[in-house]
Amino acid sequence: MTIDTTTLSQTPATGPTPEPIFQRTAILRLPRSPKVIAGLVILAVFGVVAIIGRWIAPYSPNATDTQNWVQRVLVPGTGEGTPFPANYYPLPLPPSAAHWLGTSVFAQDVFSQLLASTQATLFVGLLAASIATVLSVVIGVSAGYFGGGTDEGLSLLSNVFLAIPALPLLIVLADYVPRAGSSILLVAAIIAVTTWAYTSRTLRAQTLSLRNRDFVEAARVSGEGRLRIILVEVLPNLIPIVAASFLFTTLTAMYAYVAIAFLGLAGAPTGSPAGLWNYPAFAWPSSAPAWRCSTSASTSSSIPGFERRGFRAVRPSRRASRRGRHWASRRSWAIDQRTRHLEWAPNRMWCSRSTDSASTTAMATMRSTRSSTVT
Amino acid sequence: MNVAAAPVLEGRDLTKYFQVRQSRGLFARRLSVHAVENVSVRLEAGKVTAVVGESGAGKSTVARLLARIIRPDSGQVLLDGRPAPGGRPRSYAKQVQMVFQDPFASLNSVHRVRHNLVRPLKIHHVADDNVEGAVADLLRRVALKPPGHFTEKFPHELSGGQRQRVAIARALAVKPRVLIADEPVSMLDVSIRLGVLNLLADLRDKEQLAILYVTHDIASARYLADTVVVMYAGQLVESAPSVELTDNPAHPYTQLLLSAAPDPDRVEPPQLAGRGAPPSLITPPSGCRFHPRCPYAMDICKQQVPPSFAVSPDHIAACWLHAKPAERVASNNGLSTAPVGPLEQDTKKR
Amino acid sequence: MLGLAGESGSGKTTLALAAMRLLRAPALITSGEVLFHSRPIGGDGPKGTVDLLAAGLDDLREVRWSEIAVVLQSALNSLNPVTTIGAQFDDLLRVHRPGMPGSERWSRAGELLDMVGMNADRLRSYPHELSGGMRQRAMIAMALALEPQIMILDEPTTALDVVTQREILEELMGLRDRLGFAALFITHDLSLLVELADEIAVMYAGRLMERAPAASLFHAPRLPYTHGLLNCFPPMHGKRARMEGIPGSPPDLRDLPSGCAFHPRCPWALEKCKQAIPRLEPISGSGREVACWLHHDDAKVPAELAKADPRTEPRQRVPTLIQVSKK
Repeated sequence: MTIDTTTLSQTPATGPTPEPIFQRTAILRLPRSPKVIAGLVILAVFGVVAIIGRWIAPYSPNATDTQNWVQRVLVPGTGEGTPFPANYYPLPLPPSAAHWLGTSVFAQDVFSQLLASTQATLFVGLLAASIATVLSVVIGVSAGYFGGGTDEGLSLLSNVFLAIPALPLLIVLADYVPRAGSSILLVAAIIAVTTWAYTSRTLRAQTLSLRNRDFVEAARVSGEGRLRIILVEVLPNLIPIVAASFLFTTLTAMYAYVAIAFLGLAGAPTGSPAGLWNYPAFAWPSSAPAWRCSTSASTSSSIPGFERRGFRAVRPSRRASRRGRHWASRRSWAIDQRTRHLEWAPNRMWCSRSTDSASTTAMATMRSTRSSTVT
Repeated sequence: MNVAAAPVLEGRDLTKYFQVRQSRGLFARRLSVHAVENVSVRLEAGKVTAVVGESGAGKSTVARLLARIIRPDSGQVLLDGRPAPGGRPRSYAKQVQMVFQDPFASLNSVHRVRHNLVRPLKIHHVADDNVEGAVADLLRRVALKPPGHFTEKFPHELSGGQRQRVAIARALAVKPRVLIADEPVSMLDVSIRLGVLNLLADLRDKEQLAILYVTHDIASARYLADTVVVMYAGQLVESAPSVELTDNPAHPYTQLLLSAAPDPDRVEPPQLAGRGAPPSLITPPSGCRFHPRCPYAMDICKQQVPPSFAVSPDHIAACWLHAKPAERVASNNGLSTAPVGPLEQDTKKR
Repeated sequence: MLGLAGESGSGKTTLALAAMRLLRAPALITSGEVLFHSRPIGGDGPKGTVDLLAAGLDDLREVRWSEIAVVLQSALNSLNPVTTIGAQFDDLLRVHRPGMPGSERWSRAGELLDMVGMNADRLRSYPHELSGGMRQRAMIAMALALEPQIMILDEPTTALDVVTQREILEELMGLRDRLGFAALFITHDLSLLVELADEIAVMYAGRLMERAPAASLFHAPRLPYTHGLLNCFPPMHGKRARMEGIPGSPPDLRDLPSGCAFHPRCPWALEKCKQAIPRLEPISGSGREVACWLHHDDAKVPAELAKADPRTEPRQRVPTLIQVSKK
């Protein structure tokens, strides 16, 4: 008795091809769709800027020229003919050939600052996301796979961390830590510690459903060890979620960094004022449109860049990538919304204050913080 | 029972209850589902034993107990007459392998066919010197030829039948002596089912594997198996050589199952004796679990779990109808004072 | 009762849904017509013949459910999980029988459940509280609510256990005899169909391949595929013998083989089978149709496919109610 006939049509009609039985193919197959390429290009641009930005910047990010880079406007009611000595306030310059994105109230070149600060922002984002991803995978997958008491304990832990608000904690801590250098790591660590729990919960749920799937059971029946089942059988099925959350955490981290920098609490390695181009929120309305464009363009474009790259590179199967693509499009929409929001918030804040005489006080506070950062 | 051939794998009085919560919350009452109760199965080398029953009858639980994916609450699994070791050591995995129902779920979609076959080879150090040759050989054994076409494929690139063959190849990789197949063809297209069944038959004939074939399709059990075991609501109701079982069913439930099965040769429409649905396994009926549906139910059926009676050599049925009249009358008259065997007592305590 | 048999992916369900124009995009019915021949007398359906594919939406709505009802494989998915069975009956009757008062609707629903062997108390149950068999019964009762002329049963019992399946089928056959609807029974289980149906049509890779009275099809298949398919069901009687089934696997519908789609798996394939698609044509001298080159011209018919038709008295011929033609 033979069962050869059952393979009749299972072999393609091409006949026996003398190809080797085993052929290694690249693990990461980068697809060639235009979207992916666009994303990769955007990401590459930011990567390059992050690396060489400081050297291609036309000016030093810290350079100030209070004589030429701002317009000095006499405060009404001061100077000659009044009992008060002349007092000037700085009016930033609009974009020009010399200053592509204009200048800030502190008489600094916005474009140079943008170039110089990209590195720190990206670094914080990636570092925080890496830490958070590792934490969430280890805790979420173990909770889901082992179940029972382990699950109860680890779930409790992640629930506790879910309840910690990231930004207030950052603000409080950032004010206490030594400036420069070390704080960027601390910021990344704090962001990581406050964000891993979300992903951890998702991973736990997913692992729970994977744990009793037939293929995991099949691996157990064939005598596979526990660690190997987790790493080789379960984990690859979680990669779409891990990738998505990595990107999401990167963004959260970048925004959080932007937020505390905006408040003047983060010291950047460059020593530039808060290291961030979002600082020009305090530019005068005359240069605001330019600032707005640059901020929104760079933030919102770097993000889809991440998304596309991330989702495509780590696809285990066709189905997963389809899910990923769907996700990517949904997410980039959401991110555009968020970016728009973020971009407007400081601006609105400024607008409301500009009409207020108290604004000068606010600015003075800002300036003092800033000068302490610089020195 | 004759003891001519020693069983390779044997399950003795296997009992498994699953705990479920009645409702949510910390103080929810826990109830137990009587999934499998006092089931004994013997798998012999070169023989296929089929377990037949409706969904919820406990067939898959028996398969999982024998594969030691789950632990029995009581009863023993004997490998070559010795109790199987605790845990799931590799030595056991090397002897007993399992094929799952759904070939779409039992192969990890992120790994190639090659990975699925190489892993068991590596774990058990089978063919360490020539892994690639062994993989090609396995694929040939399950009629996936030429092997080169399949090794680098992902599961989603294969048809259902091909996947199930890969799953079988994976189980065969460690050269096991027992293969437990849990509904291996029920998810496959009709036209390719027979191919997989014939493959199992060949493995039995050529390699002397002991195979447990779990199915709800009594016709396929008759086709493939040497012995058929019928389960109802977690209990074994009848066991006999396959042709004997389908031609002379002794248990009313088996008769019901056979009359309900599609049969194109049937001239008259079938008469179903014992309508209704299987009972809840949380509060199973007392005595014989089939008695509420059984057209021949007697008083004793409601009170005592029937032990296995020999209908003919090799043919046993757990039904009071097959008790010797003396036994039945004695128990029937005595009612509550009827002598209760240790087996029944054990069951009732739970 | 017409049976429609075929493997998964052979287009059985698609055909049935297309007949009701229930297919969603991206499906497109490219050609053909579905003729609904309404009962000439009685009933409140449209009079005469309607082409459902050309009919307007209003006409279609008039026919759907009230004249042609569908029972799908998964009753759990067909029943609304958030309302009781009774509410769903109520809804249905309210829409299609606007004049009916509420109490009457309720009693009619109870009556319908009773008809399929369920207790009327079940009207207060939610679908998840019912077993699979019960749900399918409720679904059938719902399909019967408007006394349709045609019932399309798409694998109504596939997910059920054999005993439940048999009970529901008995119920269904009894109802058919009593209410006189025509039924299209779709399943992959040919052995079941042989028992149930008067006439069986076999589909393969999206085409009707053979059509014959059930007994003739079972005892004397004319199509190699039918022959092979019958060989896939081990018998319940007699000596056990090895069966070979059909070699190979069903074709990929995106990339069908040229000519007859079955030719790569056919043991008697001719050169012609690879080139031209055979048409469903009547075999001379009998009421059956087959799409196979073996029964054409002077091709030699293999002995397995040339068995004599069994002599059975023809069952009572029911007038054709629905006629599907694909071009």
